[in-house]
Amino acid sequence: MTIELENHIDPMLFPILEKVHDPEIPVLSIMDMGVVRFAQMINSVAQIKITPTYSGCPAMDVIGEDIVEAFAKENIEAKVSLVLSPAWTTDWITPRGRESLEEYGIAAPLEENADKEALLNNKRIVKCTNCGSVNTKLVSQFGSTACKALFKCEDCLEPFDYFKCLK
Amino acid sequence: MMKNENLVHYIYGIADNALILGQRLSELCGHGPSLETDIALTNMALDLLGQTRSYYQYAAQLLGDGKTEDDIAYLRIERQYKNVLLVEQPNKHFGYVITRQFFYDVFHLLLLQELQNSKDETLSAIAKKGIKEVSYHQRFSSDWMKRLGDGTEESRKKTQEAINDLWKFTDELFHMTEDDKQVFEAEIGVDVTTLKQLYNQRVKEVLEEATLTIPEIKWFQKGGKQGIHSEHMGYLLSDLQYMQRTYPNMKW
Repeated sequence: MTIELENHIDPMLFPILEKVHDPEIPVLSIMDMGVVRFAQMINSVAQIKITPTYSGCPAMDVIGEDIVEAFAKENIEAKVSLVLSPAWTTDWITPRGRESLEEYGIAAPLEENADKEALLNNKRIVKCTNCGSVNTKLVSQFGSTACKALFKCEDCLEPFDYFKCLK
Repeated sequence: MMKNENLVHYIYGIADNALILGQRLSELCGHGPSLETDIALTNMALDLLGQTRSYYQYAAQLLGDGKTEDDIAYLRIERQYKNVLLVEQPNKHFGYVITRQFFYDVFHLLLLQELQNSKDETLSAIAKKGIKEVSYHQRFSSDWMKRLGDGTEESRKKTQEAINDLWKFTDELFHMTEDDKQVFEAEIGVDVTTLKQLYNQRVKEVLEEATLTIPEIKWFQKGGKQGIHSEHMGYLLSDLQYMQRTYPNMKW
């Protein structure tokens, strides 16, 4: 019997997993998103465990298929399973992931209290990804996907997405 | 002693609420009163359907008879759905949708906060995940209750009417079925009767701020948990199950 270490990701598998991206946010690799919870070769099969960002995230099925495909290209068989616990949090997005988000035009999540201030009390603290101003206004608590809210910059007038803090 | 069957039914009770409310919200896709609310309501539908899948996948595993999440979602008959009457009520207007959502969200969050302590690891994990999403739903619906109640004369009137209409369905949320009792005794399920007081308090807090009132009624409608649904349920299911029944064995 093989003992599975929780959260254990075999460094050898890292480069392959890095090639898989979130279909909704293509700049972000699944490693940068922090959704890969376990990756190890067990009896010549890559066993990968991923956790959903949101329960109904339609990207999860696609990510699963993309992982199998990425490994197939390296002639490795991969099996993907879903784990729910511990639940994903935006804290697991890597610093590089946060940078990629900002470059892509999605403001990275603020810490929990600041996030509430921005979303519930309309405090102007979310930084516009276009011009960097914090003179920004919440347009909608839900954006194009469940993980984002919609903001508008009142200086450059551009709308932009904000990745909501999830704890 | 709790039997496997009790647990499966218990899971249906929770999951069916999410499925049916998710279906009602999905009906609004492309029909919301504004782009933002449309997106918000369908995002919430997606959260609920995602939770439903986790519950049904687990129920299918417990059944162990080859049935899948799709069979459970699409191929049961009306009497086998255990959702409360509240969630199947139709989308009469935006104030109605928000009121229904608010009444359910407050309960849903209280339920999941208890369920996360379940001895059953899978249910606990689904609950923990769900809490994050449902807290957001509750914020959204509470916020809109206040805006509608304390909004225009028209929005206030319509929302108060929705409350008067829907309040009678809330008591059922706190009824325990035989399955619920067995699963609670096994320290897996939640004793929902204990949530009622806090529920009423939370609803009242928001409604007061919204300048709305809870009607004083003594008679409450029930039946959903026993599979006895309102006339709306059949129509909803015919829509929900159409695809699977027309093209058998389709997958989510």
